[in-house]
Amino acid sequence: MNPKRTIGDVILEVEDIALSFGGVRALSHVSFGVREHEICSIIGPNGAGKSSMLNVINGVYHPQHGHLVYRGKRIRRMHAHKSARYGIARTFQNIALFKGMSALDNILTGRNLMIKSTFIEQAFYWGRARSEEIAHRRRVEEIVDFLEIESVRKVPVGRLPYGLQKRVELGRALAAEPQVLLLDEPMAGMNVEEKEDMCRFILDVNDEFGTTMVLIEHDMGVVMDLSDHVVVLDYGRKIADGTPEEIRDNQQVIDAYLGVAA
Amino acid sequence: MIYRECGQFKTSYGSDQAIFPIPQDRWGVMLALLIAFMVIPAIANEYWLGVILTPFLILALAALGLNILTGYCGQLSLGSAAFMAVGAFAAYNFELRLPGIPLLLDFVLAGLVAAGVGIIFGIPSLRIKGFYLAVATLAAQFFIEWSLTKFGWFSNYSSSGVITAQKMVILGYDFDTPLRKYLLVLSIVSVLALMAKNLVRSETGRAWMAVRDMDVAAEVIGIRIMKTKLMAFAVSSFYCGVAGALWAFAYLGTVDAQTFDLHRSFQILFMIIVGGMGSILGSFIGAAFIVLMPIFINLSAHALFGNAIRPDLLSNMELIVFGGLIIFFLIVEPLGLARLWQIAKEKLRLWPFPH
Repeated sequence: MNPKRTIGDVILEVEDIALSFGGVRALSHVSFGVREHEICSIIGPNGAGKSSMLNVINGVYHPQHGHLVYRGKRIRRMHAHKSARYGIARTFQNIALFKGMSALDNILTGRNLMIKSTFIEQAFYWGRARSEEIAHRRRVEEIVDFLEIESVRKVPVGRLPYGLQKRVELGRALAAEPQVLLLDEPMAGMNVEEKEDMCRFILDVNDEFGTTMVLIEHDMGVVMDLSDHVVVLDYGRKIADGTPEEIRDNQQVIDAYLGVAA
Repeated sequence: MIYRECGQFKTSYGSDQAIFPIPQDRWGVMLALLIAFMVIPAIANEYWLGVILTPFLILALAALGLNILTGYCGQLSLGSAAFMAVGAFAAYNFELRLPGIPLLLDFVLAGLVAAGVGIIFGIPSLRIKGFYLAVATLAAQFFIEWSLTKFGWFSNYSSSGVITAQKMVILGYDFDTPLRKYLLVLSIVSVLALMAKNLVRSETGRAWMAVRDMDVAAEVIGIRIMKTKLMAFAVSSFYCGVAGALWAFAYLGTVDAQTFDLHRSFQILFMIIVGGMGSILGSFIGAAFIVLMPIFINLSAHALFGNAIRPDLLSNMELIVFGGLIIFFLIVEPLGLARLWQIAKEKLRLWPFPH
């Protein structure tokens, strides 16, 4: 097994997170940990607070209570742009690509943080601006190759079919070379082949770069096959946390999904 | 056939990331510059140079500025003329209070002052979007117009509020004839347009477009929304400011705050709507359309009807035809004339073998 793939210690912990919008409680006192290099799935019925959980982790929402611990550092209030600097990238449930830009530009945007040249240099396309642009283009091409989207690299993403858009979005997240990758329903609305492709990409990324993944997925087959660790949410509460095998046999999870006989 | 990329292979990322990766584009731009710098001065008369082409270029520069803000960064603004006014008055005051300041430095400083004012009026964009932001930028329009009239210092206490631009001299060379002014304006506009093109295809431009298209995702990638928006306001206002300085120095000679009223802001906005949002070329096409079309309509009406119709009727007809054309183009191509050009290029790639 690839040494990068050896599951390490907990690097990301959410502790006692509570989030509500007005009177609606999206998350109540959820805690769990994600270990380095693992694939962790968050599952649960619709409205369980899964996407809210990801939004809390990368600072889109600010919880009223609780905090994050990332690599031993306690973070009370995460900000979206800070999370990128910590090496946390994500994709969105409803594709959030930059529609007017080409696939290449979208993925290049994922590397914006690494660009050092000033805008004056960029205005003249001189010095660092030029060399960086070329160096980043090379890295982006590797991602394009990996995701097999060579043929559409210059097409504005608004014109791409859904499955390819999902891939470009994954590419954009990968371009930042994240340590933790949050995937919000990467396989929603895909057919079997597309799902298989996406699973392959996820496993390859995890295997090659050792990226820690937190993913939300509804397809139980996919979840059980990919995950090292599953967290189950229901009505904003964590009801189970464990290996796929443990989750499969957990009575509370079965009840949440299938309902309880009256 | 003409616009064929077939058989053009790039062997390095450098050449594929070049400013005009396709040779036809490269030659097209060179040809356009060649015509603008060599052919037009040789054939155009003073009227064309001074009254039509110079204002066209200056307004294209202002449209380019607004396009950076609205087309690339997605922030609607109705204050472009006010930023032009800031540029014009700043350039005048720098010349007045720092005698002997080099002209180009004067224009750059004027642009920077406009950029500073732009940043201040861009602050509301951090909280509000779309139409509401447009209303907030209206405040810039009215406030700046008002304060330039109200405070005499800006116009050196001239009783009518009118400022007379100083002579344009670079290294002892006097830009006094329409031809020389045209060439100076053309040089400045060309350089600034190329810089804008470089900016929008680099990291800065990608950040702008990311904020325009999906601000939440942009922030998650690590783009600072505030910095990006204010940067767009600054660069946009810089361009408008330089355009305003040129408007005073190279075109009208004497201006007052009312030269840059709301009507002018709307005119610039229409340019980018007609020309194409998010396109450098579109700013020029739009400016050409808005500036040249009325003249063209006027000339052709005269040619068609001679003196058969009353002049007041004719001038109203001009407006009707002009308005009709804008509506027509927006229905045919809501993304602007630049988009039509892009479609034409895509077709030319295949023509004459479409299958």
